[in-house]
Formats: sequence, C-alpha cells, structure tokens
Amino acid sequence: MSVDRATVHRIARLARIAITEEEAARLETELSGILDWVAQLDELDTSNVEPMTRVMPMTLKKREDEVTDGYCADAILKNAPKVDDQYFVVPKIVE
Amino acid sequence: MTKLTDLTIAEAREGLRTKSFSAEDLAQAHLDAIEAANAAINAFVLPTPERAVAMAKESDARLRKGEGGALEGIPLGIKDLFCTKGVRTTACSHILDGFTPTYESTVSANLWAEGAVMLGKLNNDEFAMGSSNETSFYGAVANPWRRNGSDATLVPGGSSGGSSAAVAARLCMGATATDTGGSIRQPAAITGTVGIKPTYGRCSRWGIVAFASSLDQAGPIARTVRDAAILLRVMASHDAKDTTSVDAPVPDYEAAVGAGVKGLVVGIPAEYRVEGLAPEIDAMWQKGVEWLKAAGAEIREVSLPHTKYALPSYYIVAPAEASSNLARYDGVRYGLREAGSDVLSMYENTREAGFGAEVKRRILIGTYVLSAGYYDAYYLKAQKVRTLIKHDFDAAFANVDVILTPTTPGPAFALGEKSGDPVEMYLNDIFTVTVNMAGLPGMSVPAGLSSEGTPLGLQLIGKPFDEETLFRTARVIEEAAGPLAKPQDWWSKAA
Repeated sequence: MSVDRATVHRIARLARIAITEEEAARLETELSGILDWVAQLDELDTSNVEPMTRVMPMTLKKREDEVTDGYCADAILKNAPKVDDQYFVVPKIVE
Repeated sequence: MTKLTDLTIAEAREGLRTKSFSAEDLAQAHLDAIEAANAAINAFVLPTPERAVAMAKESDARLRKGEGGALEGIPLGIKDLFCTKGVRTTACSHILDGFTPTYESTVSANLWAEGAVMLGKLNNDEFAMGSSNETSFYGAVANPWRRNGSDATLVPGGSSGGSSAAVAARLCMGATATDTGGSIRQPAAITGTVGIKPTYGRCSRWGIVAFASSLDQAGPIARTVRDAAILLRVMASHDAKDTTSVDAPVPDYEAAVGAGVKGLVVGIPAEYRVEGLAPEIDAMWQKGVEWLKAAGAEIREVSLPHTKYALPSYYIVAPAEASSNLARYDGVRYGLREAGSDVLSMYENTREAGFGAEVKRRILIGTYVLSAGYYDAYYLKAQKVRTLIKHDFDAAFANVDVILTPTTPGPAFALGEKSGDPVEMYLNDIFTVTVNMAGLPGMSVPAGLSSEGTPLGLQLIGKPFDEETLFRTARVIEEAAGPLAKPQDWWSKAA
C-alpha cells in the first residue's frame, strides 16, 4: 500500500498538522514503508475472529449519577496560553 | 561503609528503620549524585531538590515517631509522563511547554502516600514514542554502560530511558516508568536493571499522559527483583478514576520473591527463535533455561504461532490510539500556542511546531488508518489479530506457568545507530510488544553481559494478574546470574 503526495497532504490536514513540501516528500516514503510492512497482516484470515476488547472478562462498574468533581474553573484555566475571565481565548471564528 | 546511593531499596528501608542514616542524608546523597552526573547522563529533565529535602524531612519526622509507610524516605525518580501536582510535566514534548498539572497521577500519589521522596522528573522519548530516548525534546540520555574499550555513547533504551539510566547510574533508588510496547522492559534490559510491566489494569492510568490507551501500563524500574516487587505493590491499586483498572486486592509481591521455582513449568516459545537472532542472545536464553531447570523447574516447548504479526498490528493500534489521544494538543487549553491567521491555522502551526518527527509520523499513520473507509481494513483487523495473539497465549498457559524469552534482539546500540529507518527502530520491540497486545504481565531481569561488556536481559511473561510467579522466577534468574558488575563511573564531574 503506497501513499501518494496528495494523500499525505490530506491526512496532515485531517490531523491538523501543517507540513512543508519537503516534509511531505519524506513522509510519503516513510508512511508507504510502514504501510507496506503492516500489509503482512493480510496473510491472516480474521473473518471469524472477534476483535479484542479486554484482557480479562470484566464488567464496567456503575455508580450513582451525581456530581463528584467540578467548581475548579481556575485550575482548568491555569495552564491555558490565553484566557479572558473564565474563558479560553481563540482566534476569531465567526466574522 | 557502602555508599548510600549503592544501597537497594530493601537495604535503605532497613537502614532508615535502624536509624543508621536519615531520610535527609539519603535524599541528599542522591541529589549530589544527580548534580554531578546530569550534565553527562541527562536522565533528569527537572530535578526537584527542594521538594526532595522537604519530603525527606517529613519522612524523618514520621520515622522518629516510629511511624512511616512502606516507602518511607525512599528517593525515587518519576518519568515525565506522570502528572505531578505543581511540578512541570511535559511528556518531554515541546507542545506541553510549561504545563504544570493541578493534580497528581494516581500512581505517584500512591507512592507519596507511602512516604516516598521525589527527586525529580525523568527523561523519556517524546510522548513515550521511541525505543532509544532519542526523540525527547530535552535531548538524548546516555546509557551509563559503555562497550569494552570504547567511549561511544550508547542509548539507555526507551521510552523509559531516563528511568533506566538514572537507576543504573545510582541517581535514584527506583523509578516509575510506563510500557506501551516494551518501554519498561527494553530499557531495563540494556541498562542491567529490573523492570516489570504488570497486567493491563493493575495500575491506574489516571494522570499519566496517554499514548495508546488500550496498551499503556505503568510499572517500576529498580536494581533488584525485590525492589521492583516493593515498588509495584505500592504503585498498583484500583482506581474509580480509571474504569479499566481492576478491582482486585494487590498481593504482597515481596513475599513471592524467594519462593523458588520448584515444580513450576516454564514455556519456551519456538517462534521467538527468530531468523538472525544473535548467537549470544540465544546462548543467554539457553543459560536461563539451565538455571531454571537446576532450580527445579520443568521446561516445556510452547508455540505462539502469531508472534510475527504482533509488531505490525501494534503499529496500527498504537498510532491509531495516539492520533486520537494527541488530538487534545491544540494550543487552546495548555502548553504551546503558535499564532495563525484563523483558528485552523493556529491549530496547524501549533502542532507543526510542537510535535517532533516521530510523533508526527505516528499521528499521521494513525489518522490514515482511522480515516473514512479504512477502519475495518486496519484498526479492526489489528484488534482481531490481537485476539489471535491472546488465544496463542491462552493455549500456551494451559500447559505452562510462565514463559521465558530474551527481552531484546541485541544489547544497547549507539546514539544515532538506528534512528535512520523507523521500521528498524521498531524491530527492537519484537519480543516485548506481543505482551502488550495480549495485555499480559512481562518482566525483564538482568542475565549477564554481552561480548561487548554491556547488559542483556531475559523476559518472563505471565498469566493475567499473576505477577507473583514473575517475581518468583525472576529472583531465581537474578540469583543464578550473580551480581552484575556496576558500570564504571565516567559521568560524574568532580565535586
């Protein structure tokens, strides 16, 4: 499975990572190499195999639907690069 | 008298109890060692000397009153993947610049509750993605071990390379680490230390920077099997904040150390005898077999036919989960922000500047395999392969109690030696990654030195939640291998 340059740009856009043309060229080779290598899984017939979801059978615990945490806006905002009052600030989205 | 930094955790615990030295003496000895070594080793990305001294003084106060927890006064290093309240935590990525958590990871909180002392934060591969610690934003870490007659810098393994190097160089008595594909066991093996990745669910993942959530597990790196047992008992717990953590009592692992292997059946998987396996690795493995046999274990061949598919399926599952987990680094809530003309270009510029090459590569692979139309062909397929791998182990464990393999395909390699080709670097995890895919516990224990004079490790793989058998078996190997020589101190600058 090889990846072409346009696909590299498309997935970089999906991943929200700006890449230069030079990086795209390198990634084209590297990603193709990795995908070629993982293609050996095609040798396995998995049509009747369930995907693995956990190591041991275990039921997820339930608890009362009640507030257990919160009222800590200052702690949440503490590491933000830009805040105004109790808001995260981002570049203008709506004109 | 033995230098305080050469003591094991078990010995230090005794020395503190009998008041041969204070917790402050012990912390200071390690802080001095870090001060002298860190320029050369680069194991600590953030030493926390003031906090260490303050915590040690509190430990001394408790010890004077005859109180104290299981790790009272024991100085430890914490991998930078663990969130530590009020102490910078970056996962060694530029994108988390200056991030100072307002909360503490469950694993580290468990350690502090039992009296452990924090020496600082340890280097690792960026977001734990790597096998050599070369992808860290804070630079590579030097393995304290060197090849005979050479002063070339060797890597300490990865991703927990700061943890393994710091423990091997006597800069801390033990360290926390995490393992997604071998990141505890591979660095332990090539630095001559002991590392255990417990069963998935044994330690809480809460407050640990997420890489691949279905594979990540925390565990300790230490200098002896007993010390690893002491640490894991405290690190492991059920935690309501991690729904995948298991609600089962934590055994006294230390009690299992010394129980011997008489009557145990040890499996040797034929598929691990891979083509091109270095003769000295094979010889070391054979030696391990002989040691266990001599101690009363029965040896049985087992077959794990899907072994060769573990690494390629891992390189679908891990990047897919990483691309999803790392979507949160968007320049809005924490860490780095690079300006952009609109919100989208702000995201793109931030992520371009903030992530290193290996992390970007994995995010892109993960994004690709999860993109529309490919989910079934890649992620679902890989999760099905995991079931096949798990079935191999279930079948093997119907006949054996524990499995013995080499930990790594070779000894420590030099800086830059394998960083050119990503797949070549990935092959370092060939023996460890199956264990993560199946969720099983795995442990690396030093078994001797390579022809180059650098350490090699043997890996033990256990049944789910049967870490005790790993500790029993590892102790027998440790005893038979005899005490490993200490790496020659080339790193300390004169005080």
